Amino acid sequence: MLNHIANTPFRFVSCMELREVLGKRAMDEHRLLELIEEVPADSIYYHTHSYFLRHAYTQQLYSNDFATWVVLYAQDRLLGERLGVLDPFDFSDIEHLRDEILRIVAEHLNHSTVPRCVVSEPFEFIRSHIIEIPLALEARTLSEFHDALADVEVGAVYNHVCEARMRKRPLSGDFARWLSSEDGLGLQELALNIERVGRLGLSLEGMRNKILYLCEQELAR
Amino acid sequence: MLEHYRDVAPQGTVELLRQLGRRVEGKSMVHVNSTRYGGGVAEILHRLLPLFDELGVKTRWEVMTGSDLFYRTTKSFHNALQGTRQRITPEMYDAFIECDRDNAKRLNLDAEFAMIHDPQPVALIDARPHGATWIWRCHIDVSTPQHSVWQFLRPFVVRYDAAVFSLPKFSQRLPLPQFLVYPSIDPFSEKNRELEHDEIDRVLQRLGVPRDKPILLQVSRFDRFKDPVGVVAAYRLVKKSHDCRLVLAGGTATDDPEGSEVLAEVQGAVDRDPDVHILLLPPTANLEINALQRAATIIYQKSTREGFGLTVAEALWKGKPVIGGETGGITVQLIQGVTGFTVNSPEGAAFYTRRLLNDPDLMAVLGQQGKEYARHRFLITRHLQEYLGLLIFLQQRVRNG
Repeated sequence: MLNHIANTPFRFVSCMELREVLGKRAMDEHRLLELIEEVPADSIYYHTHSYFLRHAYTQQLYSNDFATWVVLYAQDRLLGERLGVLDPFDFSDIEHLRDEILRIVAEHLNHSTVPRCVVSEPFEFIRSHIIEIPLALEARTLSEFHDALADVEVGAVYNHVCEARMRKRPLSGDFARWLSSEDGLGLQELALNIERVGRLGLSLEGMRNKILYLCEQELAR
Repeated sequence: MLEHYRDVAPQGTVELLRQLGRRVEGKSMVHVNSTRYGGGVAEILHRLLPLFDELGVKTRWEVMTGSDLFYRTTKSFHNALQGTRQRITPEMYDAFIECDRDNAKRLNLDAEFAMIHDPQPVALIDARPHGATWIWRCHIDVSTPQHSVWQFLRPFVVRYDAAVFSLPKFSQRLPLPQFLVYPSIDPFSEKNRELEHDEIDRVLQRLGVPRDKPILLQVSRFDRFKDPVGVVAAYRLVKKSHDCRLVLAGGTATDDPEGSEVLAEVQGAVDRDPDVHILLLPPTANLEINALQRAATIIYQKSTREGFGLTVAEALWKGKPVIGGETGGITVQLIQGVTGFTVNSPEGAAFYTRRLLNDPDLMAVLGQQGKEYARHRFLITRHLQEYLGLLIFLQQRVRNG
């Protein structure tokens, strides 16, 4: 199986994020809740996924912007912790993720003593438009896949793991789908392990390294 | 030319740019602003346009001309939009409209895409050719504008296809898509290229700045929002415990008539201190600014209002510790204690200056991290990538109706 040549090669596609400011701002947690309910799904996606595309120096506190803002600006560490633990890879689509965020914030506002403070920075709602950038890079074997992944621009990892799963579907992500498919390499177990990588809470470089490691293990068998 | 960036930009950037370029190859684009020299916008355009051309986007740059009254008016607009109340007379509004109308007749605006920079040329939208996509690129902080001035400009702005701001909080309630794009610096420009030690020494000697003690530096126009008087106050506090020099290097732009007034205030505050050097540099003094930044021990950008403050990115790229005002784009560039420090007063600036002067290791760490951060976020390659992305997005939107 390891010498298997795929009928359909894996084509690497990177991406860039174009950020659109929605002009919607929350100055407190109640307004945050209202706006989370009304903004487009792309905005919920941006504030829960774009963390991965940011430089490590700006990856503050939590991997979603709602949690970080309530801690840093609304001085509400309790809500921050409750939101911060959310894993976007637990949800099958953005609307389910939005529902869960709404539930957590609403329950918190109903049952907790919410700190009252004047925030110095409002929460600014942004949405992202992802522009795909096909790269002249493809792989037909696991070895080629490994080598290409090691060198590819990190935006491609985001596109094939995060973007593919949430906005483009399927939920398994592009790498796992190709590795498991009949037209790809038919490596079911490896695909399953790679599918789990997104849920480990790693940075994009961390995801890349983990996937490379899993491929190396498979190649060494 | 693009190939040169392979060594400085993050891995894979050049390939991405070439791929993006293919999607808009053959398109035409015109940029319009109000000055060819001086100020961040002109600097970016000088460097960005050849790269667009190399990627196959036929790009032109048109520069407005105007009367003294026009420039006084637009300076007042600039201040009013950044939150300082101004008195604008009906004659000034008329002069603005008339000047934009004249420029609309004079300038060649024929292109598939137009990027109109800042408020000065905003009324050129009246002359948009049929089918062209126009983008208003606002570089300044319009988050708390003087209502009357914004109400005057808004009817022009809403007719654009999109607006681009440097920070989310600069955006306004507008019925058009508003994008977020940070400006950038070019690592190969005269202002940012690597310099040999003796080259730096020669320039400082020529400028009359000895290198016998730590140099604190602020490079910026003599503009109240840049708070040069506050920098002098911070220096005086530091000077009590640390022997150092202060260099205030101020360029002037052709569209900034207020500069000489502020300069006089700074000279008054300095009061003939021999360790303070006020350097009046022409807009083309890029080598001098580069050498000063590389010779500096600590660099300030102590603005009280700021569009973005690209001098911060310049300083980060040179591996220098930076202390900046907690305002505008400075807060995006300076991550507290990681790439620099942000402050709200001369006292705050003095505190962190002393801390840095006492801890050379901290200066080195901040410098190293600042450079790495600038590589990813504030180089021209990232800027070009986002502008190409914007053109692709708008092109697609037009196609989809």
